[in-house]
Amino acid sequence: MLETSPLETFLRGVAILLVILFFMFPIFWIVLMSFQTNETILRIPPSFIFEPTFDNYRALITGKLETNAASLDIAFMRNMGNSVLLSVGAVLLALILGVPAAYSFARHKTRFSEDIAFTLLSFRFAPPLLVLLPLTIYFQKLGLSDTYFGLIWVYQLICLPLILWIVRGYFEDISEDVEYAYRIGGHSWFETFRKIAVPLAGPGIAAAGLLAFIFAWNNFIFALVLASADKQPVTVGALAFVTASGIQYGQIAAAIVLSITPTLLLAVYAQKYLVEGLSLGAVKG
Amino acid sequence: MTVENDLPGVRRRRIKVGRRVLPYILSLPALLVCIGILVPFVTAAIYSLQRYRLSQPWARKFNWGENYLNFLSDPDFWNTLKVSLVYAGTTVTLELMLGLGIALLLQRRTRFNNFVSIMLLMPLMTAPVLAALMWKLMTNSGFGILSYLVSSVGIQDFRWASSPDTALLTVVLVDIWVYTPFIMILLLAGLRSLPSQPFEAAALDGVPRTFVFWKITLPMLMPYILTATLFRLLDSIQQFDIIYAMTQGGPGDTLTVFQVEAYLNFFQSTNIGRSAALMMILWAITFVLSNIFIKNWLKLRERAN
Repeated sequence: MLETSPLETFLRGVAILLVILFFMFPIFWIVLMSFQTNETILRIPPSFIFEPTFDNYRALITGKLETNAASLDIAFMRNMGNSVLLSVGAVLLALILGVPAAYSFARHKTRFSEDIAFTLLSFRFAPPLLVLLPLTIYFQKLGLSDTYFGLIWVYQLICLPLILWIVRGYFEDISEDVEYAYRIGGHSWFETFRKIAVPLAGPGIAAAGLLAFIFAWNNFIFALVLASADKQPVTVGALAFVTASGIQYGQIAAAIVLSITPTLLLAVYAQKYLVEGLSLGAVKG
Repeated sequence: MTVENDLPGVRRRRIKVGRRVLPYILSLPALLVCIGILVPFVTAAIYSLQRYRLSQPWARKFNWGENYLNFLSDPDFWNTLKVSLVYAGTTVTLELMLGLGIALLLQRRTRFNNFVSIMLLMPLMTAPVLAALMWKLMTNSGFGILSYLVSSVGIQDFRWASSPDTALLTVVLVDIWVYTPFIMILLLAGLRSLPSQPFEAAALDGVPRTFVFWKITLPMLMPYILTATLFRLLDSIQQFDIIYAMTQGGPGDTLTVFQVEAYLNFFQSTNIGRSAALMMILWAITFVLSNIFIKNWLKLRERAN
Protein backbone atom coordinates (compact mmCIF):
# COMPACT_ATOMS: atom_id res chain seq x y z
CA MET A 1 0.00 0.00 0.00
CA LEU A 2 1.23 3.45 -0.83
CA GLU A 3 1.65 5.96 1.95
CA THR A 4 -1.29 8.31 2.39
CA SER A 5 -0.96 11.95 3.29
CA PRO A 6 -2.97 13.37 6.23
CA LEU A 7 -4.95 15.50 3.78
CA GLU A 8 -5.95 12.43 1.80
CA THR A 9 -6.97 10.55 4.94
CA PHE A 10 -9.12 13.53 5.90
CA LEU A 11 -10.76 13.76 2.48
CA ARG A 12 -11.46 10.03 2.45
CA GLY A 13 -13.06 10.35 5.87
CA VAL A 14 -15.31 13.18 4.71
CA ALA A 15 -16.29 11.24 1.59
CA ILE A 16 -17.21 8.13 3.59
CA LEU A 17 -19.19 10.27 6.00
CA LEU A 18 -21.17 11.83 3.15
CA VAL A 19 -21.82 8.40 1.66
CA ILE A 20 -23.12 7.06 4.98
CA LEU A 21 -25.25 10.18 5.44
CA PHE A 22 -26.86 9.89 2.00
CA PHE A 23 -27.62 6.18 2.22
CA MET A 24 -28.59 5.94 5.88
CA PHE A 25 -30.43 9.18 6.50
CA PRO A 26 -33.72 8.26 4.77
CA ILE A 27 -34.08 5.08 6.84
CA PHE A 28 -33.15 6.94 10.02
CA TRP A 29 -35.63 9.73 9.29
CA ILE A 30 -38.53 7.37 8.51
CA VAL A 31 -37.87 5.44 11.73
CA LEU A 32 -38.01 8.73 13.65
CA MET A 33 -41.23 9.69 11.89
CA SER A 34 -42.86 6.41 12.80
CA PHE A 35 -42.57 7.33 16.51
CA GLN A 36 -44.17 10.75 16.10
CA THR A 37 -47.66 12.11 16.11
CA ASN A 38 -48.88 14.12 13.15
CA GLU A 39 -48.40 17.32 15.16
CA THR A 40 -44.68 16.80 15.69
CA ILE A 41 -44.23 15.58 12.12
CA LEU A 42 -45.80 18.74 10.75
CA ARG A 43 -43.62 21.09 12.80
CA ILE A 44 -41.56 23.61 10.90
CA PRO A 45 -38.62 23.57 11.13
CA PRO A 46 -38.34 19.77 11.48
CA SER A 47 -36.67 18.69 14.68
CA PHE A 48 -35.04 15.59 16.13
CA ILE A 49 -36.51 16.29 19.54
CA PHE A 50 -39.94 14.88 20.31
CA GLU A 51 -41.69 12.65 22.74
CA PRO A 52 -41.83 9.18 21.16
CA THR A 53 -45.22 7.56 20.82
CA PHE A 54 -46.10 3.98 19.94
CA ASP A 55 -49.59 4.93 18.76
CA ASN A 56 -48.76 4.46 15.08
CA TYR A 57 -47.56 0.91 15.61
CA ARG A 58 -50.46 0.18 17.94
CA ALA A 59 -52.95 1.34 15.32
CA LEU A 60 -51.34 -0.81 12.63
CA ILE A 61 -51.06 -3.93 14.76
CA THR A 62 -54.55 -3.77 16.27
CA GLY A 63 -55.93 -2.79 12.86
CA LYS A 64 -57.98 0.06 14.30
CA LEU A 65 -57.32 3.70 13.74
CA GLU A 66 -59.12 5.93 16.24
CA THR A 67 -59.56 9.51 15.11
CA ASN A 68 -61.67 12.25 16.57
CA ALA A 69 -64.29 11.68 13.94
CA ALA A 70 -64.47 7.92 13.55
CA SER A 71 -62.73 4.59 13.85
CA LEU A 72 -61.12 3.27 10.69
CA ASP A 73 -60.13 -0.30 9.85
CA ILE A 74 -56.58 -0.89 8.65
CA ALA A 75 -55.82 -4.12 6.80
CA PHE A 76 -52.09 -3.69 7.12
CA MET A 77 -51.40 -6.76 9.27
CA ARG A 78 -53.27 -8.81 6.70
CA ASN A 79 -50.85 -7.49 4.07
CA MET A 80 -47.96 -8.56 6.30
CA GLY A 81 -49.46 -12.03 6.62
CA ASN A 82 -49.92 -12.22 2.84
CA SER A 83 -46.31 -11.19 2.29
CA VAL A 84 -45.08 -13.94 4.62
CA LEU A 85 -47.33 -16.55 3.02
CA LEU A 86 -46.51 -15.59 -0.57
CA SER A 87 -42.76 -15.26 -0.05
CA VAL A 88 -42.37 -18.45 1.98
CA GLY A 89 -44.60 -20.36 -0.43
CA ALA A 90 -42.71 -19.07 -3.46
CA VAL A 91 -39.31 -19.95 -1.97
CA LEU A 92 -40.40 -23.45 -0.94
CA LEU A 93 -41.81 -24.17 -4.38
CA ALA A 94 -38.69 -22.77 -6.04
CA LEU A 95 -36.49 -24.98 -3.83
CA ILE A 96 -38.54 -28.11 -4.58
CA LEU A 97 -38.45 -27.40 -8.31
CA GLY A 98 -35.04 -25.81 -8.52
CA VAL A 99 -32.67 -27.84 -6.37
CA PRO A 100 -33.10 -31.19 -8.17
CA ALA A 101 -32.98 -29.39 -11.51
CA ALA A 102 -29.83 -27.53 -10.47
CA TYR A 103 -28.23 -30.84 -9.51
CA SER A 104 -29.08 -32.49 -12.78
CA PHE A 105 -27.84 -29.44 -14.71
CA ALA A 106 -24.59 -29.46 -12.76
CA ARG A 107 -23.92 -33.19 -13.20
CA HIS A 108 -25.38 -34.00 -16.59
CA LYS A 109 -24.84 -31.17 -18.97
CA THR A 110 -26.82 -31.72 -22.14
CA ARG A 111 -27.96 -29.26 -24.73
CA PHE A 112 -31.48 -29.75 -23.46
CA SER A 113 -30.60 -28.89 -19.88
CA GLU A 114 -28.53 -25.88 -20.92
CA ASP A 115 -31.43 -24.62 -23.04
CA ILE A 116 -33.79 -24.80 -20.06
CA ALA A 117 -31.28 -23.16 -17.74
CA PHE A 118 -30.68 -20.27 -20.12
CA THR A 119 -34.35 -19.84 -20.96
CA LEU A 120 -35.08 -19.52 -17.24
CA LEU A 121 -32.24 -17.05 -16.90
CA SER A 122 -33.57 -14.97 -19.76
CA PHE A 123 -36.93 -14.71 -17.96
CA ARG A 124 -35.10 -12.87 -15.21
CA PHE A 125 -34.37 -10.08 -17.70
CA ALA A 126 -37.59 -10.00 -19.70
CA PRO A 127 -40.08 -7.23 -18.87
CA PRO A 128 -42.45 -8.70 -16.26
CA LEU A 129 -45.51 -6.93 -17.66
CA LEU A 130 -45.08 -8.77 -20.95
CA VAL A 131 -46.02 -11.98 -19.15
CA LEU A 132 -48.29 -10.44 -16.53
CA LEU A 133 -50.76 -8.70 -18.82
CA PRO A 134 -51.89 -11.85 -20.66
CA LEU A 135 -51.82 -13.68 -17.33
CA THR A 136 -54.49 -11.38 -15.89
CA ILE A 137 -56.81 -12.64 -18.61
CA TYR A 138 -55.73 -16.29 -18.23
CA PHE A 139 -56.03 -16.14 -14.45
CA GLN A 140 -59.63 -15.00 -14.70
CA LYS A 141 -60.42 -17.88 -17.06
CA LEU A 142 -58.62 -20.46 -14.94
CA GLY A 143 -60.06 -19.19 -11.66
CA LEU A 144 -56.56 -18.44 -10.33
CA SER A 145 -57.06 -14.70 -9.98
CA ASP A 146 -58.19 -14.91 -6.37
CA THR A 147 -55.74 -17.54 -5.11
CA TYR A 148 -52.41 -17.53 -3.35
CA PHE A 149 -51.25 -20.38 -5.55
CA GLY A 150 -51.57 -18.36 -8.75
CA LEU A 151 -49.30 -15.65 -7.33
CA ILE A 152 -46.82 -18.15 -5.88
CA TRP A 153 -46.58 -19.75 -9.28
CA VAL A 154 -45.88 -16.41 -10.97
CA TYR A 155 -43.27 -15.60 -8.30
CA GLN A 156 -41.24 -18.49 -9.76
CA LEU A 157 -40.29 -16.01 -12.44
CA ILE A 158 -37.93 -14.37 -9.96
CA CYS A 159 -37.23 -17.18 -7.47
CA LEU A 160 -36.53 -20.10 -9.78
CA PRO A 161 -33.72 -18.60 -11.93
CA LEU A 162 -32.04 -17.37 -8.76
CA ILE A 163 -32.18 -20.75 -6.98
CA LEU A 164 -31.28 -22.69 -10.09
CA TRP A 165 -28.18 -20.71 -11.02
CA ILE A 166 -26.77 -20.20 -7.53
CA VAL A 167 -27.35 -23.75 -6.32
CA ARG A 168 -25.98 -25.15 -9.55
CA GLY A 169 -22.69 -23.39 -8.82
CA TYR A 170 -22.53 -25.02 -5.39
CA PHE A 171 -23.19 -28.48 -6.83
CA GLU A 172 -20.48 -27.95 -9.42
CA ASP A 173 -18.04 -27.21 -6.60
CA ILE A 174 -18.61 -30.64 -5.02
CA SER A 175 -16.10 -33.20 -6.19
CA GLU A 176 -17.70 -35.96 -8.23
CA ASP A 177 -15.32 -38.50 -6.67
CA VAL A 178 -17.11 -38.21 -3.34
CA GLU A 179 -20.38 -39.09 -5.01
CA TYR A 180 -18.87 -41.97 -6.98
CA ALA A 181 -17.41 -43.42 -3.83
CA TYR A 182 -20.81 -43.37 -2.18
CA ARG A 183 -22.52 -44.93 -5.16
CA ILE A 184 -20.01 -47.79 -5.35
CA GLY A 185 -21.16 -48.58 -1.83
CA GLY A 186 -24.45 -49.61 -3.43
CA HIS A 187 -26.46 -46.45 -2.99
CA SER A 188 -28.86 -45.21 -5.60
CA TRP A 189 -28.60 -42.03 -7.56
CA PHE A 190 -31.35 -40.43 -5.52
CA GLU A 191 -29.77 -41.44 -2.21
CA THR A 192 -26.50 -39.87 -3.34
CA PHE A 193 -28.32 -36.68 -4.18
CA ARG A 194 -30.16 -36.64 -0.87
CA LYS A 195 -27.44 -37.83 1.51
CA ILE A 196 -24.29 -36.39 -0.08
CA ALA A 197 -24.94 -33.61 -2.57
CA VAL A 198 -27.69 -31.68 -0.77
CA PRO A 199 -25.98 -31.62 2.66
CA LEU A 200 -22.69 -30.54 1.08
CA ALA A 201 -24.39 -27.74 -0.86
CA GLY A 202 -26.54 -26.94 2.19
CA PRO A 203 -25.19 -23.49 3.03
CA GLY A 204 -25.50 -22.42 -0.60
CA ILE A 205 -29.05 -23.69 -0.81
CA ALA A 206 -29.97 -21.86 2.39
CA ALA A 207 -28.42 -18.62 1.12
CA ALA A 208 -30.18 -18.88 -2.23
CA GLY A 209 -33.44 -19.47 -0.38
CA LEU A 210 -32.95 -16.40 1.80
CA LEU A 211 -32.19 -14.24 -1.22
CA ALA A 212 -35.18 -15.56 -3.11
CA PHE A 213 -37.27 -14.69 -0.06
CA ILE A 214 -35.95 -11.11 -0.08
CA PHE A 215 -36.70 -10.66 -3.78
CA ALA A 216 -40.15 -12.19 -3.44
CA TRP A 217 -40.93 -9.97 -0.46
CA ASN A 218 -39.77 -6.83 -2.25
CA ASN A 219 -41.68 -7.60 -5.42
CA PHE A 220 -44.40 -5.16 -6.31
CA ILE A 221 -45.52 -5.47 -9.90
CA PHE A 222 -46.69 -9.10 -9.85
CA ALA A 223 -49.07 -8.58 -6.97
CA LEU A 224 -50.15 -5.14 -8.21
CA VAL A 225 -51.35 -6.66 -11.44
CA LEU A 226 -52.59 -10.06 -10.26
CA ALA A 227 -53.56 -9.95 -6.57
CA SER A 228 -57.10 -9.26 -5.42
CA ALA A 229 -57.52 -6.86 -2.51
CA ASP A 230 -57.38 -9.49 0.24
CA LYS A 231 -54.28 -11.24 -1.17
CA GLN A 232 -52.07 -8.18 -1.48
CA PRO A 233 -48.58 -8.17 0.08
CA VAL A 234 -47.11 -5.19 1.96
CA THR A 235 -45.58 -3.56 -1.11
CA VAL A 236 -48.97 -3.14 -2.75
CA GLY A 237 -50.74 -2.66 0.57
CA ALA A 238 -48.46 0.17 1.66
CA LEU A 239 -49.13 2.09 -1.53
CA ALA A 240 -52.88 1.62 -1.16
CA PHE A 241 -52.56 2.60 2.50
CA VAL A 242 -51.03 5.94 1.55
CA THR A 243 -54.07 6.76 -0.53
CA ALA A 244 -56.56 5.46 2.03
CA SER A 245 -55.14 6.98 5.19
CA GLY A 246 -54.48 10.33 3.58
CA ILE A 247 -52.69 12.41 6.12
CA GLN A 248 -51.78 9.85 8.79
CA TYR A 249 -48.08 10.32 8.05
CA GLY A 250 -46.84 8.68 11.23
CA GLN A 251 -48.71 5.50 10.39
CA ILE A 252 -47.42 5.48 6.82
CA ALA A 253 -43.90 5.71 8.22
CA ALA A 254 -44.59 2.94 10.73
CA ALA A 255 -46.02 0.76 7.95
CA ILE A 256 -42.88 1.32 5.88
CA VAL A 257 -40.65 0.46 8.85
CA LEU A 258 -42.57 -2.76 9.55
CA SER A 259 -42.46 -3.71 5.87
CA ILE A 260 -38.73 -3.26 5.37
CA THR A 261 -37.57 -4.74 8.68
CA PRO A 262 -37.74 -8.45 7.67
CA THR A 263 -35.66 -8.02 4.53
CA LEU A 264 -33.10 -5.76 6.20
CA LEU A 265 -32.58 -8.27 9.02
CA LEU A 266 -32.27 -11.16 6.59
CA ALA A 267 -29.84 -9.17 4.46
CA VAL A 268 -27.55 -8.54 7.41
CA TYR A 269 -27.79 -12.20 8.38
CA ALA A 270 -27.03 -13.43 4.85
CA GLN A 271 -24.59 -10.67 3.87
CA LYS A 272 -21.79 -13.16 3.23
CA TYR A 273 -23.79 -14.60 0.33
CA LEU A 274 -25.36 -11.41 -1.01
CA VAL A 275 -22.73 -10.60 -3.60
CA GLU A 276 -22.93 -14.05 -5.04
CA GLY A 277 -26.70 -14.00 -5.04
CA LEU A 278 -27.04 -10.55 -6.56
CA SER A 279 -24.72 -11.46 -9.41
CA LEU A 280 -26.49 -14.82 -9.86
CA GLY A 281 -23.30 -16.64 -8.93
CA ALA A 282 -20.89 -14.73 -11.18
CA VAL A 283 -19.00 -12.88 -8.42
CA LYS A 284 -17.95 -14.42 -5.13
CA GLY A 285 -17.77 -12.13 -2.11
CA MET B 1 -15.06 -44.92 -16.29
CA THR B 2 -12.78 -47.56 -14.75
CA VAL B 3 -14.89 -47.32 -11.65
CA GLU B 4 -18.02 -48.28 -13.54
CA ASN B 5 -16.32 -51.26 -15.18
CA ASP B 6 -15.71 -52.76 -11.76
CA LEU B 7 -19.41 -52.86 -10.98
CA PRO B 8 -21.61 -55.87 -11.61
CA GLY B 9 -23.39 -55.68 -14.94
CA VAL B 10 -26.87 -55.18 -13.54
CA ARG B 11 -26.00 -52.22 -11.46
CA ARG B 12 -24.01 -50.71 -14.27
CA ARG B 13 -27.03 -50.88 -16.50
CA ARG B 14 -29.22 -49.35 -13.83
CA ILE B 15 -26.82 -46.50 -13.36
CA LYS B 16 -26.61 -45.95 -17.09
CA VAL B 17 -30.38 -45.86 -17.50
CA GLY B 18 -30.60 -43.57 -14.50
CA ARG B 19 -27.99 -41.29 -15.94
CA ARG B 20 -29.82 -41.04 -19.19
CA VAL B 21 -33.37 -40.54 -17.93
CA LEU B 22 -33.03 -38.93 -14.53
CA PRO B 23 -31.66 -35.59 -15.68
CA TYR B 24 -34.72 -35.18 -17.85
CA ILE B 25 -37.09 -36.17 -15.06
CA LEU B 26 -35.42 -33.81 -12.62
CA SER B 27 -35.54 -30.88 -15.00
CA LEU B 28 -39.15 -31.58 -15.91
CA PRO B 29 -40.66 -29.19 -13.31
CA ALA B 30 -38.33 -26.41 -14.44
CA LEU B 31 -39.34 -27.15 -18.02
CA LEU B 32 -43.02 -26.92 -17.07
CA VAL B 33 -42.43 -23.50 -15.50
CA CYS B 34 -40.68 -22.46 -18.70
CA ILE B 35 -43.65 -23.54 -20.78
CA GLY B 36 -46.04 -21.89 -18.33
CA ILE B 37 -44.24 -18.62 -18.92
CA LEU B 38 -43.78 -19.05 -22.64
CA VAL B 39 -47.53 -19.44 -23.15
CA PRO B 40 -48.41 -15.92 -21.92
CA PHE B 41 -45.38 -14.62 -23.79
CA VAL B 42 -46.73 -15.99 -27.07
CA THR B 43 -50.17 -14.66 -26.14
CA ALA B 44 -48.72 -11.20 -25.67
CA ALA B 45 -47.05 -11.45 -29.07
CA ILE B 46 -50.43 -12.34 -30.60
CA TYR B 47 -52.21 -9.47 -28.79
CA SER B 48 -49.62 -7.09 -30.17
CA LEU B 49 -50.75 -8.02 -33.68
CA GLN B 50 -54.40 -7.37 -32.93
CA ARG B 51 -56.72 -4.44 -32.68
CA TYR B 52 -57.84 -5.25 -29.15
CA ARG B 53 -59.57 -2.84 -26.78
CA LEU B 54 -61.46 -4.10 -23.76
CA SER B 55 -63.99 -1.33 -24.28
CA GLN B 56 -64.77 -2.57 -27.80
CA PRO B 57 -64.53 -6.38 -27.65
CA TRP B 58 -66.61 -6.72 -30.84
CA ALA B 59 -64.01 -4.87 -32.88
CA ARG B 60 -61.23 -7.30 -31.92
CA LYS B 61 -59.39 -8.57 -34.98
CA PHE B 62 -55.92 -9.10 -36.38
CA ASN B 63 -54.47 -5.94 -37.79
CA TRP B 64 -50.98 -7.47 -38.09
CA GLY B 65 -48.30 -4.82 -37.88
CA GLU B 66 -50.60 -1.84 -37.48
CA ASN B 67 -49.90 -1.33 -33.77
CA TYR B 68 -46.20 -1.20 -34.55
CA LEU B 69 -46.59 0.98 -37.65
CA ASN B 70 -48.67 3.44 -35.67
CA PHE B 71 -45.76 3.94 -33.29
CA LEU B 72 -43.77 5.61 -36.07
CA SER B 73 -46.13 8.58 -36.15
CA ASP B 74 -47.10 8.45 -32.46
CA PRO B 75 -45.45 11.19 -30.38
CA ASP B 76 -46.44 9.37 -27.17
CA PHE B 77 -44.39 6.37 -28.24
CA TRP B 78 -41.32 8.45 -29.01
CA ASN B 79 -41.74 10.16 -25.67
CA THR B 80 -41.84 6.75 -23.96
CA LEU B 81 -38.72 5.63 -25.78
CA LYS B 82 -36.92 8.87 -25.00
CA VAL B 83 -37.85 8.92 -21.31
CA SER B 84 -36.90 5.26 -20.88
CA LEU B 85 -33.50 5.76 -22.49
CA VAL B 86 -32.79 8.97 -20.60
CA TYR B 87 -33.83 7.36 -17.33
CA ALA B 88 -31.73 4.24 -17.88
CA GLY B 89 -28.75 6.20 -19.19
CA THR B 90 -28.75 8.73 -16.36
CA THR B 91 -29.27 6.29 -13.51
CA VAL B 92 -26.72 3.75 -14.71
CA THR B 93 -24.03 6.35 -15.48
CA LEU B 94 -24.40 8.07 -12.12
CA GLU B 95 -24.64 4.79 -10.22
CA LEU B 96 -21.55 3.43 -11.93
CA MET B 97 -19.47 6.50 -11.06
CA LEU B 98 -20.74 6.64 -7.49
CA GLY B 99 -20.52 2.88 -7.00
CA LEU B 100 -16.95 2.73 -8.30
CA GLY B 101 -15.98 5.67 -6.11
CA ILE B 102 -17.43 4.10 -2.98
CA ALA B 103 -15.90 0.71 -3.79
CA LEU B 104 -12.48 2.38 -4.08
CA LEU B 105 -13.04 4.14 -0.74
CA LEU B 106 -13.90 0.87 0.98
CA GLN B 107 -11.36 -1.29 -0.83
CA ARG B 108 -9.12 -2.09 2.16
CA ARG B 109 -10.40 -4.95 4.28
CA THR B 110 -10.77 -3.19 7.58
CA ARG B 111 -13.50 -3.86 10.13
CA PHE B 112 -14.89 -0.37 9.64
CA ASN B 113 -15.02 -0.69 5.84
CA ASN B 114 -16.76 -4.05 6.03
CA PHE B 115 -19.28 -2.61 8.46
CA VAL B 116 -19.99 0.34 6.16
CA SER B 117 -20.42 -1.90 3.13
CA ILE B 118 -22.97 -4.01 5.02
CA MET B 119 -24.84 -0.85 6.09
CA LEU B 120 -24.93 0.34 2.49
CA LEU B 121 -26.73 -2.85 1.49
CA MET B 122 -29.81 -1.68 3.35
CA PRO B 123 -31.20 0.60 0.62
CA LEU B 124 -30.70 -2.22 -1.87
CA MET B 125 -32.69 -4.58 0.32
CA THR B 126 -35.52 -2.09 0.73
CA ALA B 127 -38.38 -2.78 -1.67
CA PRO B 128 -38.05 -0.09 -4.40
CA VAL B 129 -41.71 0.82 -4.05
CA LEU B 130 -41.27 1.40 -0.29
CA ALA B 131 -38.09 3.37 -0.95
CA ALA B 132 -40.12 5.59 -3.26
CA LEU B 133 -42.70 6.10 -0.50
CA MET B 134 -39.93 7.05 1.94
CA TRP B 135 -38.64 9.69 -0.45
CA LYS B 136 -42.17 10.86 -1.10
CA LEU B 137 -42.53 11.56 2.61
CA MET B 138 -39.15 13.31 2.71
CA THR B 139 -40.01 15.50 -0.28
CA ASN B 140 -43.55 16.31 0.86
CA SER B 141 -44.10 20.03 0.32
CA GLY B 142 -45.73 20.45 3.74
CA PHE B 143 -43.33 18.76 6.15
CA GLY B 144 -40.69 16.91 4.08
CA ILE B 145 -37.21 17.30 5.49
CA LEU B 146 -35.70 17.64 2.01
CA SER B 147 -38.19 20.30 0.98
CA TYR B 148 -37.29 22.15 4.16
CA LEU B 149 -33.54 21.84 3.49
CA VAL B 150 -33.92 23.03 -0.09
CA SER B 151 -35.99 26.06 0.90
CA SER B 152 -33.62 26.87 3.76
CA VAL B 153 -30.75 27.27 1.26
CA GLY B 154 -32.88 29.76 -0.63
CA ILE B 155 -34.43 27.67 -3.40
CA GLN B 156 -38.09 28.54 -3.28
CA ASP B 157 -40.91 26.49 -4.72
CA PHE B 158 -38.89 23.35 -5.45
CA ARG B 159 -41.64 20.81 -6.02
CA TRP B 160 -39.70 17.58 -6.51
CA ALA B 161 -41.80 14.85 -8.15
CA SER B 162 -44.87 17.04 -8.62
CA SER B 163 -43.24 19.42 -11.08
CA PRO B 164 -42.47 18.29 -14.67
CA ASP B 165 -39.12 20.07 -14.41
CA THR B 166 -37.83 18.11 -11.45
CA ALA B 167 -39.81 14.85 -11.56
CA LEU B 168 -37.12 12.99 -13.50
CA LEU B 169 -34.44 14.26 -11.16
CA THR B 170 -36.42 13.05 -8.15
CA VAL B 171 -37.02 9.51 -9.39
CA VAL B 172 -33.41 9.27 -10.58
CA LEU B 173 -32.34 10.24 -7.06
CA VAL B 174 -34.45 7.44 -5.55
CA ASP B 175 -33.06 4.97 -8.10
CA ILE B 176 -29.53 6.04 -7.19
CA TRP B 177 -30.31 5.60 -3.52
CA VAL B 178 -31.62 2.07 -4.03
CA TYR B 179 -29.27 0.70 -6.68
CA THR B 180 -25.87 2.34 -6.26
CA PRO B 181 -25.07 -0.24 -3.54
CA PHE B 182 -25.63 -2.97 -6.14
CA ILE B 183 -22.82 -1.69 -8.35
CA MET B 184 -20.70 -0.84 -5.29
CA ILE B 185 -20.90 -4.32 -3.80
CA LEU B 186 -20.06 -6.07 -7.09
CA LEU B 187 -17.13 -3.78 -7.84
CA LEU B 188 -15.89 -4.05 -4.26
CA ALA B 189 -15.83 -7.84 -4.56
CA GLY B 190 -14.06 -7.42 -7.90
CA LEU B 191 -11.47 -5.01 -6.52
CA ARG B 192 -10.70 -7.28 -3.60
CA SER B 193 -10.26 -10.29 -5.84
CA LEU B 194 -7.65 -8.64 -8.09
CA PRO B 195 -4.13 -10.13 -7.83
CA SER B 196 -1.82 -7.93 -5.78
CA GLN B 197 1.43 -8.40 -7.74
CA PRO B 198 0.85 -5.76 -10.42
CA PHE B 199 0.04 -3.18 -7.75
CA GLU B 200 3.06 -4.09 -5.64
CA ALA B 201 5.30 -3.90 -8.69
CA ALA B 202 3.86 -0.52 -9.65
CA ALA B 203 4.35 0.77 -6.09
CA LEU B 204 7.97 -0.41 -6.06
CA ASP B 205 8.65 1.39 -9.32
CA GLY B 206 6.99 4.53 -8.00
CA VAL B 207 4.34 4.64 -10.71
CA PRO B 208 1.93 7.54 -10.06
CA ARG B 209 -1.38 6.43 -8.66
CA THR B 210 -3.59 8.00 -11.32
CA PHE B 211 -1.60 5.98 -13.85
CA VAL B 212 -2.07 2.81 -11.79
CA PHE B 213 -5.80 3.47 -11.67
CA TRP B 214 -6.27 4.05 -15.41
CA LYS B 215 -3.79 1.47 -16.66
CA ILE B 216 -4.01 -1.37 -14.12
CA THR B 217 -7.06 -1.14 -11.83
CA LEU B 218 -9.63 -0.13 -14.42
CA PRO B 219 -8.67 -2.64 -17.16
CA MET B 220 -8.49 -5.48 -14.65
CA LEU B 221 -11.83 -4.49 -13.15
CA MET B 222 -13.49 -4.17 -16.56
CA PRO B 223 -15.29 -7.57 -16.59
CA TYR B 224 -16.92 -6.68 -13.27
CA ILE B 225 -17.82 -3.18 -14.44
CA LEU B 226 -19.36 -4.56 -17.63
CA THR B 227 -21.41 -7.19 -15.84
CA ALA B 228 -22.65 -4.78 -13.16
CA THR B 229 -23.47 -2.06 -15.71
CA LEU B 230 -25.33 -4.31 -18.12
CA PHE B 231 -27.22 -5.92 -15.26
CA ARG B 232 -28.32 -2.50 -14.04
CA LEU B 233 -29.10 -1.25 -17.55
CA LEU B 234 -31.39 -4.23 -18.10
CA ASP B 235 -33.28 -3.51 -14.89
CA SER B 236 -33.29 0.26 -15.26
CA ILE B 237 -34.80 0.38 -18.72
CA GLN B 238 -37.68 -1.65 -17.27
CA GLN B 239 -38.09 0.45 -14.14
CA PHE B 240 -41.66 0.47 -12.90
CA ASP B 241 -41.88 0.32 -9.10
CA ILE B 242 -40.15 3.59 -8.23
CA ILE B 243 -41.80 5.66 -10.96
CA TYR B 244 -45.25 4.20 -10.42
CA ALA B 245 -45.15 4.69 -6.65
CA MET B 246 -43.74 8.19 -6.95
CA THR B 247 -45.76 9.75 -9.78
CA GLN B 248 -47.65 7.05 -11.72
CA GLY B 249 -45.83 8.27 -14.81
CA GLY B 250 -46.79 11.89 -14.28
CA PRO B 251 -46.97 14.78 -14.05
CA GLY B 252 -48.59 14.54 -17.50
CA ASP B 253 -46.45 12.18 -19.52
CA THR B 254 -43.12 13.27 -18.04
CA LEU B 255 -42.20 9.80 -16.77
CA THR B 256 -44.19 7.37 -18.90
CA VAL B 257 -41.40 4.84 -19.35
CA PHE B 258 -42.16 1.59 -21.19
CA GLN B 259 -43.63 -0.47 -18.40
CA VAL B 260 -45.58 2.42 -16.86
CA GLU B 261 -47.02 3.37 -20.26
CA ALA B 262 -47.95 -0.26 -20.98
CA TYR B 263 -49.57 -0.59 -17.57
CA LEU B 264 -51.62 2.59 -18.05
CA ASN B 265 -52.57 1.54 -21.59
CA PHE B 266 -53.77 -1.81 -20.32
CA PHE B 267 -55.64 -0.80 -17.19
CA GLN B 268 -56.74 2.78 -17.88
CA SER B 269 -57.29 3.11 -21.59
CA THR B 270 -57.72 -0.70 -21.90
CA ASN B 271 -55.90 -0.65 -25.24
CA ILE B 272 -54.46 -4.13 -24.99
CA GLY B 273 -53.06 -4.25 -28.51
CA ARG B 274 -50.94 -1.14 -28.01
CA SER B 275 -49.88 -2.23 -24.54
CA ALA B 276 -48.69 -5.61 -25.83
CA ALA B 277 -46.85 -4.01 -28.76
CA LEU B 278 -45.05 -1.67 -26.34
CA MET B 279 -43.96 -4.66 -24.26
CA MET B 280 -42.73 -6.53 -27.32
CA ILE B 281 -40.53 -3.59 -28.26
CA LEU B 282 -39.15 -3.38 -24.73
CA TRP B 283 -38.58 -7.13 -24.83
CA ALA B 284 -36.63 -6.80 -28.09
CA ILE B 285 -34.39 -4.17 -26.47
CA THR B 286 -33.80 -6.26 -23.35
CA PHE B 287 -33.24 -9.39 -25.45
CA VAL B 288 -30.31 -7.79 -27.26
CA LEU B 289 -28.92 -6.36 -24.02
CA SER B 290 -29.33 -9.62 -22.11
CA ASN B 291 -27.44 -11.58 -24.75
CA ILE B 292 -24.49 -9.24 -24.39
CA PHE B 293 -24.88 -9.42 -20.63
CA ILE B 294 -24.99 -13.21 -20.45
CA LYS B 295 -21.77 -13.50 -22.46
CA ASN B 296 -19.92 -11.29 -19.97
CA TRP B 297 -21.63 -12.89 -17.03
CA LEU B 298 -20.60 -16.39 -18.12
CA LYS B 299 -16.98 -15.33 -18.44
CA LEU B 300 -17.03 -13.88 -14.95
CA ARG B 301 -18.81 -16.94 -13.59
CA GLU B 302 -16.21 -19.30 -15.03
CA ARG B 303 -13.50 -17.23 -13.40
CA ALA B 304 -15.29 -17.37 -10.02
CA ASN B 305 -15.77 -21.14 -10.06
